Amino acid sequence: MKRHSALAIESHELVKHFGKVRAVDGINLAVPTGGVYGFLGPNGAGKTTTIRMLATLLRPDSGTARVFGHEIVREANAVRSRVSLTGQFASVDEDLTGTENLVLLARLLGYSRSQARARAIELLEAFDLVDAARRQVKTYSGGMRRRIDIAASIIVTPDLLFLDEPTSELDPYSRNQVWDIVRTLVTEGTTVLLTTQHLEEADQLADRIAVIDHGRIVAEGTSGELKASVGSGTLHIRLRNPDHRPQAEQLLTLNLGVPVFLKSDPAELSAHISEPERVTDLLSELSRSDIPVISFSFGQPSLDEVFLTLTGHHATADENKGAV
Amino acid sequence: METQAFAEKGLRSALSTHTRPPRSSPLSASLIFWWRAMLKIKHIPEQMFDVTASPIMFLLMFTYLFGGALAGSTGEYLQFVLPGILVMTVAFITIYTGLGINSDIKKGIFDRFRSLPIWQPAFLVGALLGDTVRYTIASVVVVVLGLIMGFRPDGGAVGVLLSVLLLLVFSFSLSWVWIALGLVMRTPESLMAVSMIILFPLTFVSNVFVSPETMPVWLEALVDVNPITYLVTAIRGLMFDTTVAKEIGWVLLTCALLVTVFSPLTMYLYRKKR
Repeated sequence: MKRHSALAIESHELVKHFGKVRAVDGINLAVPTGGVYGFLGPNGAGKTTTIRMLATLLRPDSGTARVFGHEIVREANAVRSRVSLTGQFASVDEDLTGTENLVLLARLLGYSRSQARARAIELLEAFDLVDAARRQVKTYSGGMRRRIDIAASIIVTPDLLFLDEPTSELDPYSRNQVWDIVRTLVTEGTTVLLTTQHLEEADQLADRIAVIDHGRIVAEGTSGELKASVGSGTLHIRLRNPDHRPQAEQLLTLNLGVPVFLKSDPAELSAHISEPERVTDLLSELSRSDIPVISFSFGQPSLDEVFLTLTGHHATADENKGAV
Repeated sequence: METQAFAEKGLRSALSTHTRPPRSSPLSASLIFWWRAMLKIKHIPEQMFDVTASPIMFLLMFTYLFGGALAGSTGEYLQFVLPGILVMTVAFITIYTGLGINSDIKKGIFDRFRSLPIWQPAFLVGALLGDTVRYTIASVVVVVLGLIMGFRPDGGAVGVLLSVLLLLVFSFSLSWVWIALGLVMRTPESLMAVSMIILFPLTFVSNVFVSPETMPVWLEALVDVNPITYLVTAIRGLMFDTTVAKEIGWVLLTCALLVTVFSPLTMYLYRKKR
């Protein structure tokens, strides 16, 4: 197999079964070095299984993958020395204190006793955990737990960091902290592969996104590319007078030739548009018919709309519980 | 923004250290895992209940309940039963090695350890070393309580030390069985049930409590092939200064067999885990 030194991860037809379920059903990846790569998909899509294989925790049933050129099964130890994984659930020892956890892992990684201590203190300070350093991790809040998890993953700054749903169940403040950490990691040269169920998160952080559904990548690209692949954009109109809506709906349908969506707000309408040049005509058409418009926006589709178009269902966890 | 400030503060400098220390040796990695086991004892001291309370309970119960009936006097029975109780309590404690591994697997920490570039068996070896400390504590509890109750071994301190050493070697070897089971079983409860089914007959169908001569022939035959019987005989011999070289040989052979079969099997299961 060819080696692309510029790629952090390349995989070819990765497959993993659990019993009869094909959790991962032929994943092909080419993740560039540097930046954030996002796996976007609902619960049970195969995101976690894929990164567990890439982090050498799980042996693929078939297919191959290389991390920085090292084959994940045959050269597992070489892979392990370049990557780090922060799992979805606490990946530190909850019975130990924050300091003890970091010292333990630093010692295992080869630091001497005093170096390990110094590194632990440095990380606790960087992650705003000094006050909790001597407390057992089981007493930590969700955000603190997440931070100690990530701190434990970067004792030796990895070249590639896997973050499995790093912000699930976090409050907005803690989520922003984690996002800041991810961005700082990237500026310091670490490649981050993160999984998320949240479109906003992928949109905010990821340079490239792979949309995963039922163990397969259904789309891949920058968030802009993904949005473009779905259509040029969405038109949102808000009328001054809700009574005008039926009339406006008729106009829109006539002029654009696409279905018009009526929002729950009685004064709003929206439509997916494939030919943006028609939008200007529509505006003059509306004013000619004396339908006052309060706001008018034409933008790219949201990632949620992308997901819906690509997979036929929403990307939210609830809607997919039955589909796992 | 506050979060921005937090990120800028120390994070950048904390991340700038890209140098990787030399890989830890198998021995030091194992000792670090042993240290983790010690920290666990420090933080959850109640887990030491089984290594302190149960030996006390067993020794008091069996000596004073059955001593008079089985050996004529409790004092005499104590000399007979103490080595047996010692073996039995420590053998039961070995189950906890498997339980500890089993509960670690359920947590994210197991993935963390397995994704580290370290000598992989260190995790298991360290846990075993930690448990050896627990076996030692249990042994000390039994022997000290015995001495208070009137246990007088002819073999003296050396005999007692050697017998505890032999018991530790045996327990270390037996633990591999529970670790292997701990990797296979889904829940700590099922692991506990299976190990009890194995350990109860193993310890009771032996010479721990009574001399096998009083048993039916078929049962005596069974007792005679039980490794626990050899171990108890060897320990009685060491404590009372009688010749038991043959039994010690059998015990060590059993240990070697357990380790050669179960440690590779355990490592195979460990690597294959999910």
